[in-house]
Formats: sequence, C-alpha cells, structure tokens
Amino acid sequence: MVTAIKMDTIGGRPVDPAAPLLAVEDLAVEFRIDAGVVRAVNGLSYTVERGRTVAILGESGSGKSVGAQAVMGIIDSPPGFVTGGSVRFRGVELLDLPEQERRRVRGNRIAMVFQDALTALNPVFPVGWQIAEMFRVHRGLGRAEAGERAVELMERVRIPLARERAGSYPHEFSGGMRQRVMIAMALSLDPDILIADEPTTALDVTVQAQIMSLLAALQQETGMGLVLITHDLGVVAEVADEVVVMYAGREVEKGPSLGVYHRPAHPYTIGLMDSLPRRDQHTERLTAIAGSPPDLLDIPSGCAFRPRCPHARNICARIEPPLFEPEDGRVAACHFWEEVQRGRA
Amino acid sequence: MSDLEHIAERRLGGDPGSDLAELEPAAGREGSLYADAWRQLRRRPIFVISGLLILLLITMALFPSLFTRVDPRSCDLADSLLRPSREHWFGTDVQGCDYYARTIYGARVSISIGILVTVSSTLIAVVFGSIAGFYGGATDTIIARITDIWFAIPTILGGIVILRSIFSERGLLQVSLVLIVLGWPTMLRLVRSSVMSAKEMDYVDAARALGVGDFRIIRRHILPNAIAPVIVYATITVGVIISAEAALSFLGVGLQLPAISWGLMISVAQNRILTAPHLLLFPGLFLSVTVFSFILMGDALRDALDPRLR
Repeated sequence: MVTAIKMDTIGGRPVDPAAPLLAVEDLAVEFRIDAGVVRAVNGLSYTVERGRTVAILGESGSGKSVGAQAVMGIIDSPPGFVTGGSVRFRGVELLDLPEQERRRVRGNRIAMVFQDALTALNPVFPVGWQIAEMFRVHRGLGRAEAGERAVELMERVRIPLARERAGSYPHEFSGGMRQRVMIAMALSLDPDILIADEPTTALDVTVQAQIMSLLAALQQETGMGLVLITHDLGVVAEVADEVVVMYAGREVEKGPSLGVYHRPAHPYTIGLMDSLPRRDQHTERLTAIAGSPPDLLDIPSGCAFRPRCPHARNICARIEPPLFEPEDGRVAACHFWEEVQRGRA
Repeated sequence: MSDLEHIAERRLGGDPGSDLAELEPAAGREGSLYADAWRQLRRRPIFVISGLLILLLITMALFPSLFTRVDPRSCDLADSLLRPSREHWFGTDVQGCDYYARTIYGARVSISIGILVTVSSTLIAVVFGSIAGFYGGATDTIIARITDIWFAIPTILGGIVILRSIFSERGLLQVSLVLIVLGWPTMLRLVRSSVMSAKEMDYVDAARALGVGDFRIIRRHILPNAIAPVIVYATITVGVIISAEAALSFLGVGLQLPAISWGLMISVAQNRILTAPHLLLFPGLFLSVTVFSFILMGDALRDALDPRLR
C-alpha cells in the first residue's frame, strides 16, 4: 500500500499531535460582487478528529460548500474572500499559509471529493492517468510506477477489472464508478481528512448507498477524518458522529448527530426532517418548508429563518438569536428552542 | 428511533463493491475527444480531399525536385513567354524560365510562411492567452487591452508600413516576422476566451483541491480542453497568411526577386495579363487551391472537434 512520507511541519510550523485534526473556528467568507457583498459563510465552527465524521447539512446556498472550499483554500479570489476565523490542522493555522505551502496541504493532508464526478474528471485523459497524476505531482514518481499505483488504488475503491479500466475515459464509466475514481484520486496521498462535497447527490439511490458504505469502509481502513457535506438528513443519520446544520451562511444547530436527530432544537432542522419520506407514514405529499431560502444579498434582520418559521415572534426580527445550549455539547440558534424541543417531543 | 432505522435500512443497501452490474458493457477503447474526432474525420470527403491536397503541397514544398527536374533558375531568354506546350507544361515567363518549375518551387515559400507564421503566433497566443484567461484580474486587463490595441492595426496596411519603413531587404524571415507581429491578436483573444471557459470546469477545481499547481493545471487540464477551437482557427489561419503573403508580394512590399513566390509571380504577370494570361493563371490557381485546402481542412476540423459551432 501507499506509504506516505509526511512532514511533521507545515510551512515550517511544527504540527501538534495533541491538537484536533481539523479545527474550524468562526469561519467567515464573503463574495464581493457588483450587486453587493454576499456573506456566504458567517461564523462556522467545527472540529474533526481521527476516524470521526462531521456532516454539514443545509440547502443549496446555505454556505456549506463555500465553507469547505475555504478550508481547502480554493475559493476564487476575487470575488471570494475569507474575512475571518481560523482553520487549523493539528494546531497549524492554514489560512495565512503561503499558497505554495497551502498547495502541499491539499491532497496530502486534506483531500476533497466533488459532487458530480463526470464534470470533476478531465474528459480528455484516461482515469488511470488522472489518478497517476497525483503520484507524479506530489511524489515525483515515474510514469510506470505511478500507473501501477493508480491501478492499486482503483482496486482499493473496488472498481472491477481495474487494470483494464485504467485506460478508459471518464465518459465510459457509470456515475457510481466515476465517483469511485474521484475517491481513489482523493485517497491517493493518504490524506488525514477527506472532505466529500455531496458525493452522492448526482447518483441514484442504490448507488448512493454503495458509495456511502465504501466511504465508511475506507474510513475504517485509514482512520481518516471525514467531512460530509450534504442536504440529505438520511445520510447524516447513518454515518455522521456530529452534525452542523447551516442556514443562510450561519450555523443554526450543531451537536452529536443522534441528539440532533432525536431532539432537534431548531425549527429549520425539524423542517428538514419533516421533508424526508418516511416509511411509517403513508402520506400523499411530503411536508415542505414554507417559503424559500433567503437572498444572501438581503438577509432578513434578526433571525434569517424568521420568514419561514412557525414559531417566529417579534423578538426574532429584532435580535439575531445567539447560540443557546439545549444540551451538553449541543447548540441551537433559536430564541424558542425550548418550545421547539417540547413541541417535537 | 423508527425513523433512523428506516433510513439507515434504506441506505445501507449493498456492501461496497457489489455493484459489478453497474459496469457498462465494455465500451470502445478509444474514447477521447481526439479519437472520436479522428474516427469521424476519416469518413468525411472534405477532410480526405483537403488533407490529400495539403499533403501534396507540403511534399511539393519539401521536395520540389520530385515534381520537376528543371531548375527554375536556369532560364534561356530565347524561350521568353512561350505558351504552355509539351516541353513547358505551364509555358515560360519573360526571362524564359520554365513556369511549371517556378510554380512548383513557389509552394515552398507560401507553405513555409503560412506554417511559420501560424505556429509562432499560436505559440505567443497560447502562452499569453492562457496567462490572461487563467489568472484574470489586472494581468488579464493589461494583456487584453494591449491585444485590443494591436488588433486595431489592419494587417495589410500595417504590413506595408512596417515592411517599407524598417526592412531594406525583405526575405522570407522579414515577411514572416511582420505577419507574426500583426497576426497574434486574433488568436490570443480566441485562446483567452477558450481558457476562461475551460477554467470554470469542475475538474480544474478538483485538480486544485488535490494540490496540483497552476502550471500543470493549465498544461494538463485547461489547454487540452481549450485547444480545439484554436486548432481549427490555426488551420484556417495558414490559408489566410499564405494569401496575405501573396498580397504583400503582389503590392511590391513582400518578397523581392529573385525569390520565387506565387505572389511575386502574380505581381510580375499583371502587366502581361492580356498577352500571356498563363503567367497569372497557374500561380493564381495554385495559390487559390492552397488557401482553399487549408480553409476546408479548418472547416472539417471544426465540425469534428467542436460540433456546437457547426
């Protein structure tokens, strides 16, 4: 298997093995566009430890993908700017690393899997070549050896007939197989953390399950930390240890996934859960959250979820709810979290 | 608890690797854009005809002695202005030189200038166009504005001015240089816009997210996906440049005698167009066919490489 030679410093700064694997704190990202300033992420914090899975949950435009791109350092700037907070890998601040050092972190320490593997793979090169590129770029391996490693990796992500398939082009693969190729590329350098940005959204349901269980199995093998970005609460329930629910760039609820799942303390989380199809209730229609996500250029005053919230009262328009602590290790940004939790129980 | 179990049950369908059925039936081996394009091209008569013509012209330029044993520079004034005959297929010019030999040897200049100018201006365009398109911002603004200003200079007019005022001697290299200097802006604009759209693709972000550097991203992920329209345009440009050289030579600011070039031959022929029309006909015909071949080839490539432009 691939034995990575890992530096114990990043950009000359010593790595602290006792510090959390990945600690994101109060991250803020904004996009300065002609129409104004979009605060895509506004105060996101989470910690990932070895072998653990954190799910970032939210609708499109909630800032969950932008948050991940900021952690990777691949936000197009301009127009995007990380305006605050910190991203620390084993205690080393990544946000102010020079680009050259940052690039070495990507792939080696933190890798990323994208949503749609058809567009995330280069159409003009065979998949084996693309996986091998990782070894050539980061490890300086020769063509033949890198190709051999690529085949090993394809086997590791359970692509049948890996040796023959290495010469095929992305469009010759099915969606699930393409996503496996993406995962193989991401795992090529034995990263400590894998960020998966909606890895199963573009796939059909049976394949989704296979990809999720592949990720779980690989996590068991390698002990990597997993950041799972998704809008699918079912995925969260199944694999995540921790969950962060985001709305309009802010985190609205956070905590161990079982706790959040069984005793949600924010009306948005409840809305997400009610919109899932359930086997024990045969209703004609699924319950949708009323209204639509806010225009990020014009976020409502006070609580951003207020216009769609069944619990909203005057205070919600005036005061942005702070993070309350409904239970140990959990937070919820709702003035009426007690009412919300009670109403649910 | 029931929700959770149901969802988990619904999702944890199979064990990893059990989706062999998901594999598509072994698709064709060659699947890349270029392999597809090649398969398509081979069946297109336009491509085959223009390809053969271009091949013939390039052979002519490289090995003119394959086509004629006559030295185009050994002339006998006694044979001045002969009409086409069995001995002199294309007749002779005013100096008594074999016109067939001169026409054949003329291909070398046209093809060399066409290819030299196109390759050089494409290289300039690819380097600076990629930088402008990839990095954007101030870099892009500077490069794009300089290009726009340059673009405003008309090729032939600019060529006349530069060639007349700067060079006392005008050979193949001088004429090529002028055409390169005036020819790159269009190409650069094309490369730049092509790179800008290729840059937005997810696989560029994916490569960056896995720590691939800028240079390699441009070389491996952007250019191979942005180059198709450039290839098409470059092919057409060869034809356009060949006719530009002929135009400059015809106007008396391009190549100078004793160089052998179609433009120069046409220029000399213009005074005798009524008495010796063959002097205009043959180089004119060769020039037209050459330009036509490259433009046809460009069209065929465009159809194959970039179906959206059809």
